Amino acid sequence: MSDLIASAAPPYPAAAEKFKFYGLWIAAAIALLVLPKLFGSGGSLTTFSLIGISIIFSLSYNILLGQTGMLSFGHAVYYGLGGFLVIHAINIIGINKLPIPLPVVPLIGGLTGLLFAVLLGWVSTQRSGTAFAMISLGVAELIASSALILRTFFGGEAGISANRTKLLRVFDWSFGPQIQIYYLVAAWTLIAVVAMYALTRTPLGRMCNAVRDNPERVQFVGYDPHVVRYLAFCFSGFFAGIAGALAAINFEIANSAYLGAAQSGTVLFATYIGGVGFFIGPIVGAIFVTFLSLGLSDLTPVWQLYFGLIFIAVVVFAPGGITGLLMMHRPLLKAGTLTKVLPSYLIAFVPTLAMITGLILAIEVTVHYTVNPGDDSHIKAFGVNFDAASPYIWAMAAILMIGGFLVARKTWTWVGHAWDEATSMTREQGIAA
Amino acid sequence: MSSAIELRGVEKSFGITSVIRNVNLTVAQGERHALIGPNGAGKSTLFNLISGYMMPTTGSILLRDEVISGLPPYQINRRGLSRSFQVTNVFANMSVWENLRCAVLWAAGYRYTFWKNIDNLPEVRERTARILGDINLTARRDVSAGLLTYAEQRALEIGITIAGGADVILLDEPTAGMSHAETERAVALIRRLTEGRTLLIVEHDMSVVFGLADRISVLVYGQIIASGTPKEIRGNPKVREAYLGEEAA
Repeated sequence: MSDLIASAAPPYPAAAEKFKFYGLWIAAAIALLVLPKLFGSGGSLTTFSLIGISIIFSLSYNILLGQTGMLSFGHAVYYGLGGFLVIHAINIIGINKLPIPLPVVPLIGGLTGLLFAVLLGWVSTQRSGTAFAMISLGVAELIASSALILRTFFGGEAGISANRTKLLRVFDWSFGPQIQIYYLVAAWTLIAVVAMYALTRTPLGRMCNAVRDNPERVQFVGYDPHVVRYLAFCFSGFFAGIAGALAAINFEIANSAYLGAAQSGTVLFATYIGGVGFFIGPIVGAIFVTFLSLGLSDLTPVWQLYFGLIFIAVVVFAPGGITGLLMMHRPLLKAGTLTKVLPSYLIAFVPTLAMITGLILAIEVTVHYTVNPGDDSHIKAFGVNFDAASPYIWAMAAILMIGGFLVARKTWTWVGHAWDEATSMTREQGIAA
Repeated sequence: MSSAIELRGVEKSFGITSVIRNVNLTVAQGERHALIGPNGAGKSTLFNLISGYMMPTTGSILLRDEVISGLPPYQINRRGLSRSFQVTNVFANMSVWENLRCAVLWAAGYRYTFWKNIDNLPEVRERTARILGDINLTARRDVSAGLLTYAEQRALEIGITIAGGADVILLDEPTAGMSHAETERAVALIRRLTEGRTLLIVEHDMSVVFGLADRISVLVYGQIIASGTPKEIRGNPKVREAYLGEEAA
């Protein structure tokens, strides 16, 4: 019998693979340690902290969307409530001089997220699909509007603030400087990422995938899909609460925006753009979207419009997200056929870029005439000065857009052919592509 | 011999349409029982009622003398009754190995465990490997279930059904759409895997039915018109008229 099992079961990972696996985590930890040495400015430390928070939040969201197949429009509820409770907790701890240091405070946010997920999740996880999405939206609106009504707890429009430096100090860290906050966020990010990865490898984690794929069949192998969804929801709420707590510690304030639809939307964006099909997808998405929202808002006043366009483009052309796109190329890389497609990418890149430039130009000109028509027509977008009133600019936008599209369409079919050729060559080598 | 499944006066109607009418059926422990009947007779509905997918309008269903009608499917499954589906119903984005492992987990006692690494559960591994070998899909272990051939998916369907170790098995047209050779292999597989268990099978292929079943029940327009050994059924004039006769004609 043991012979049969040895031959039928997947082999246990070899020592080299294990080494590679743990090496990756250790490398990530070292990278987090070294990062501030390379980019030590206050601005980049803040950016890194925001990315860490966004990574935890997006991964917690993907427990629902990517792993259990639940589309939530109200995940910010657990993030925001975690943030509010932590601000209150910091104030209470500070006033009463309780022996609780700041590094363990995010746990309070996590437990808050968990508690509310336990309370609110049982009904909404009865069904997945539209029913779940609608209930999540309803609950989110309810909580977000009560944040403005229940002023004593949520502080109304202004929100509530706290001083994170007044807590019990360990190793003489005050957590005043941003570098200390960075390390706090980095440590929690690493812990949360490891924990959420581990969760995917447990019996519950695998049953979440089964519920995502086929909730009907799950019932006939002994599992209640409702319970599986509910447990996934609770875990998701817990980690969202930790993310919210870290955000509240970072900004020393919590306000109604934490709970709002925009926050719920952003996490959906980040997760989906990164790719829901892979564990690393939301991490990629969180990094991309954080950089994008910080960078784009400096370059153009209508950055949210571009944000939306990118999201639509991903949904239509790359439903697997950035990670899905990259992973598609892995078999080609293995087979050494990647060189077949790269030239076609380069050729397609030029007219596509021209088309996008034309589109951006058209958008910026239109924005000028619809949003601020009375202003000076000499505008600056993406660091380039131009005259929105000039007919040459209009003509250039039209030529770039239309001409770019016509040429680009041709090059895309070349990319398609090159891709087909490369994948069939890959298959001939016996690698699944 | 005690009964594995017993249906007492079971009726099912959707609105004014009654699909199952006063069905009384007993499947003895350890027997292979086939359910036959023309299309639309209500065979799949009967399976849905027994497995908890639907609730009977009236009447009761017993599993080993305990009432199970009204229980949700997962509770019936936990009591040792497992079913397959007529239309392949697997976890399409997961590998063959993961499909079978999901079907093993509950019975192996891991339930909603979130504190153990699934790859370090030797008994789950052993049971999954055994089922994988039983259904002859070892070579396809790491392939996504959605990418299997039709016959392979049907084999996986049976594998998932028996993986939990249930001792009452319901198979809904396991050989539908298979070639002659594939059907023979599937029947041999079913015979081997249901050894010592109770089997209730819906099947259209008469050679499969008469070759496999200890007893046969005939369902026509939601009613059982005959129940007996293959020989009795073959000789029953009512059956010949309602069902077998049509085939001969």
